[in-house]
Amino acid sequence: MPITEADVEKVAQLAHMEITPDELKMFAPQMADIVAYVEQLNALNTADVQPSLGGLTPEGEATDSARDDVTAPSLGQKTALAEAPDAAAGHFRVPKVL
Amino acid sequence: MSEIESIKESITSGETTARAVVESSVSAAEKLNETLNAFLQIDRDGAVKRVEATDSTLPLAGIPIAIKDNICVQGLQTSCGSRILGDYHPPYNATVIQRLLGAGAVVIGKTNCDEFAMGSSNENSAFGPVKNPWDTTRVPGGSSGGSAAAVAAGVVPVALGSDTGGSVRQPASLCGVFGLKPTYGRNSRYGLVAFASSLDQVGIFARNTADVASVLGVIAGRDSHDATTADVAVPDYKSELSGDVKGARVGFPKALFGEGLDAEVRDMVKAAVNVYRDLGAEIVEVELPNAQYSIAVYYIIATAEASSNLARFDGVRYGFRAEDAPELRQMYRKTRDEGFGPEVKRRIMLGTYVLSAGYYEAYYHKAQQVRSLLKQDFQKAFELCDVIITPTSPTPAFLIGEKVDDPLAMYLNDIYTVTANLAGIPGLSVPCGLSSARLPIGFQLLGKYWSEPMLLKVAHAYETARPFTERPPVHAN
Repeated sequence: MPITEADVEKVAQLAHMEITPDELKMFAPQMADIVAYVEQLNALNTADVQPSLGGLTPEGEATDSARDDVTAPSLGQKTALAEAPDAAAGHFRVPKVL
Repeated sequence: MSEIESIKESITSGETTARAVVESSVSAAEKLNETLNAFLQIDRDGAVKRVEATDSTLPLAGIPIAIKDNICVQGLQTSCGSRILGDYHPPYNATVIQRLLGAGAVVIGKTNCDEFAMGSSNENSAFGPVKNPWDTTRVPGGSSGGSAAAVAAGVVPVALGSDTGGSVRQPASLCGVFGLKPTYGRNSRYGLVAFASSLDQVGIFARNTADVASVLGVIAGRDSHDATTADVAVPDYKSELSGDVKGARVGFPKALFGEGLDAEVRDMVKAAVNVYRDLGAEIVEVELPNAQYSIAVYYIIATAEASSNLARFDGVRYGFRAEDAPELRQMYRKTRDEGFGPEVKRRIMLGTYVLSAGYYEAYYHKAQQVRSLLKQDFQKAFELCDVIITPTSPTPAFLIGEKVDDPLAMYLNDIYTVTANLAGIPGLSVPCGLSSARLPIGFQLLGKYWSEPMLLKVAHAYETARPFTERPPVHAN
């Protein structure tokens, strides 16, 4: 099923992105092309194939990545807030929610 | 000849000083940046300060290095080539940077790249495209184009990039340098801004195999900050560079040398196969029957992971925030609309689409199944051979603007490189000559998990037999 402008609008909303009418006109046919291309996978019968779960090698899967549950120094409030577009009283400040 | 070694020798012998080496590298970066746009930040004062404080006995003491602008270096910017991060200054070093600094390397600047490492031409940078030093009307490849151009133009002997679908190997090929994408889990991703976490690896650019080996030896290994790094010993990569490939089995996947491959690239990579035969390697035909599906699999998995990873850019904790948005969700939407460029938006939306209710099984699940088939293809092939040789890129460097309006055509440029990321295996691009238009051509060596020593050894044998000594017209010296 080809991707329509309505699909793109819906996906943009799900992804928290504003899309201008010009962008919508550009993205819809491009995304339709790409999705049509990736649909070539449907030609493969994968009924009995286990999906990959990620990129790990067998050695990576065997690596125990758990660490002891002890506290360690972290960035601290001042450093963590230093790059914020708007910080106040030790918090990240955002526009009103409602 | 290792340039790292020759720089170290000239410092030890008193012919020059570490400070002079670093200053000359910074000056070259500044001078060539008007032409190449390879750097987004050049840090003369910081680099000089650091080299003055460096212990001269360290393995990379005084070696200038350039870092792709999606890898965190404390004190410098990390923009990822995006407006949404702008002049973000990370409060910590990536693990690979910590290790390089610990070995005495001196970071001279941050290199330009496609926005969030999404692209094959560098044209997706919010700060303008990098130009190829071999022909400034052409792309350097991407996404680590700035790092590739800086090494090719002699600004630095080595640079770091990141490779999610070929973003180190493809620009290495288009710029005529070596480019390594290690095994998944070989290098830490801590401090590498995430694009597609199951595919991303930090990679290395250099003008010879010895320098790739030196830098890999420093940055590789388990990191408690990255749970996907594997507990696998880091060998002495340089000791593998014997030049001897007698008896090595080089796999030749004939089917990948057909349609869509530029004739000059095909002939030159086939000539490299003959060089290996002459050096005593055994050439064996191998098949990768599912390789034809790799681009489709890649653009489902990579965009799905990107849509999740890039959700963090919301204008709250760091980076750019759009103005005139009095309500929170409106602020998110405006920030992401104004902050992201078209390719990043396209990929976030594709990823959101393939993961959305009703489509997940048809796209994402299916792609992960075909990814398993691809891994099996490589397992079978590596029962017959030690390395597989392919072209790195189907064509030499293309013109700036040539593919910019056709994203799918741009994606197909990654046909030879994405397989290594999907399978998690290492890949190394080796420069092997110039086209009739004097544009570099490279071949790619792929190996089984953790076979970086074998890849470097096989590449070194070629490098010794057929040294690539040409220099681009835009060059530091």
